[in-house]
Amino acid sequence: MIEVRGLTKRYGSTVAVDRLSFDVPPGAVTGFLGLNGSGKSTTMRMILSLDSPDAGHARIGGQPYLRLRWPLREAGGLLEPRAFHPGRSARAHLAALAASNAIIQSRVDEVLELVGLQAVARKRAGKFSLGMAQRLGIAAALLGDPAVLLLDEPVNGLDPEGIRWIRGLLRSLAAEGRAVLVSSHLISEMALMADRLVVIGQGRLLADTTVAGLSGRAPSLEEAFLQLTGDSAQFRARNMS
Amino acid sequence: MTVRASHQPPGGYRFRHLARMEWIKLRSLRSTWLTVALAVCAPPGIALATGGSNATSGGMSVSNTLTGMLVGVLLTGVAGVLTVTGEYASGTISATFAAAPRRLRVLAAKAAVVGTVALVTGEAAAFLSFFAGAVALRHGITAPALSQPGVLRAIVLTGASLSLAGLFGLGLGTIIRHTAAAITVVVGIVFVGGTFIGQSDFAIRPYLPLYIVSHSLGATGPACLPGMASCWLSPWSGLGLLAGYAAIAMLLGGLILARRDA
Repeated sequence: MIEVRGLTKRYGSTVAVDRLSFDVPPGAVTGFLGLNGSGKSTTMRMILSLDSPDAGHARIGGQPYLRLRWPLREAGGLLEPRAFHPGRSARAHLAALAASNAIIQSRVDEVLELVGLQAVARKRAGKFSLGMAQRLGIAAALLGDPAVLLLDEPVNGLDPEGIRWIRGLLRSLAAEGRAVLVSSHLISEMALMADRLVVIGQGRLLADTTVAGLSGRAPSLEEAFLQLTGDSAQFRARNMS
Repeated sequence: MTVRASHQPPGGYRFRHLARMEWIKLRSLRSTWLTVALAVCAPPGIALATGGSNATSGGMSVSNTLTGMLVGVLLTGVAGVLTVTGEYASGTISATFAAAPRRLRVLAAKAAVVGTVALVTGEAAAFLSFFAGAVALRHGITAPALSQPGVLRAIVLTGASLSLAGLFGLGLGTIIRHTAAAITVVVGIVFVGGTFIGQSDFAIRPYLPLYIVSHSLGATGPACLPGMASCWLSPWSGLGLLAGYAAIAMLLGGLILARRDA
């Protein structure tokens, strides 16, 4: 379970995330939807204590991230597509992360197999394609077998087969009772992957609903999304003039 | 149904877990071993090449055999920078801090691992240089012995300067974050700037890292010679000042790291 309450982040006079509140419940995939630059990544980075909020807070399993005793065993994050050193092997990258949270080293091979990277596990990860890099990032997120997962644009750069694989993986992780938060700017992908939707624009909450709830507002889900985010884009234009 | 974390061991992540992570990170990069190999081999190589030019026996030749250690200081300083700027450049830093959000503990673990590897490297290089220098001495010139006063100290302290250079680099890398900029600052301050200032201002010279390594740490004789405008620092004071420089860089790095967005 992730709880976000009044989360706010400013960069100078720009408000990137604006008093944002929502929950990510266990047992469901929650789609985190917004146009590029709407504050999705900043929100996820604040949940993981990578960026500090100017106001508000986020909790994971009732605790601020900084207080987690074994962070990787409670939450797994995929924030950047290439969050590993290009000169290091996938195996060494995962082994180092596992060591930090006293995760047994055999788990490294387990997650490598789960994401289908065991054949290239000892190769330098800098040579990985974007799709392989995403798989390594997902392996890192799953290392601690966490109850909470946060994935920022995990389908970026994946081929259709890879996209289908991630969709199935996330759905089965949610079915096991995990809380899964997946960001995307692609409404069509979210419609297939998510149970619930948190839509933001200009860092503000625009909708916190189910996929069915959002698509009921307009002839199509895409239409409903564009209406929502279009309003916030107009808001931006008005503010700038 | 909720996944419950029943398999969690008691306690929480500690310094030793993070030290293990940093050790795996360091040892799994080829550049680490290249740097260590170069830092261990270059100083004795230089001692071999220059040993023959020693005209006198005794104390003077000890510090001469250690001249090449400045190469090691440069290498470990740069390696210290890279252990942290490499993480920022690749984005690994967000994976690291997501795994261990207590950043100062991560920095301490990095310091322990970098400092230890650089110390072992430095001592190996210093002792090898000493023996290589002795081998290269011209016929008829007696080599200094480890049992002579100050010789062992000169070797050990000069070796230790590599560890402090690594920590200085780590601190500066943490402050600056960008590889090229941080390396420029380390090389610029320690080597280029140090040489220029040292040439123009003799009063400041004893306090510059470059001169501490070359004239204080490896010294077996008196720090003051008759007719010298200013004295060199004693070996231990020199080491203390180098440790102070490293500590300032690490402290500033830690302060900034704790406050800044990753």
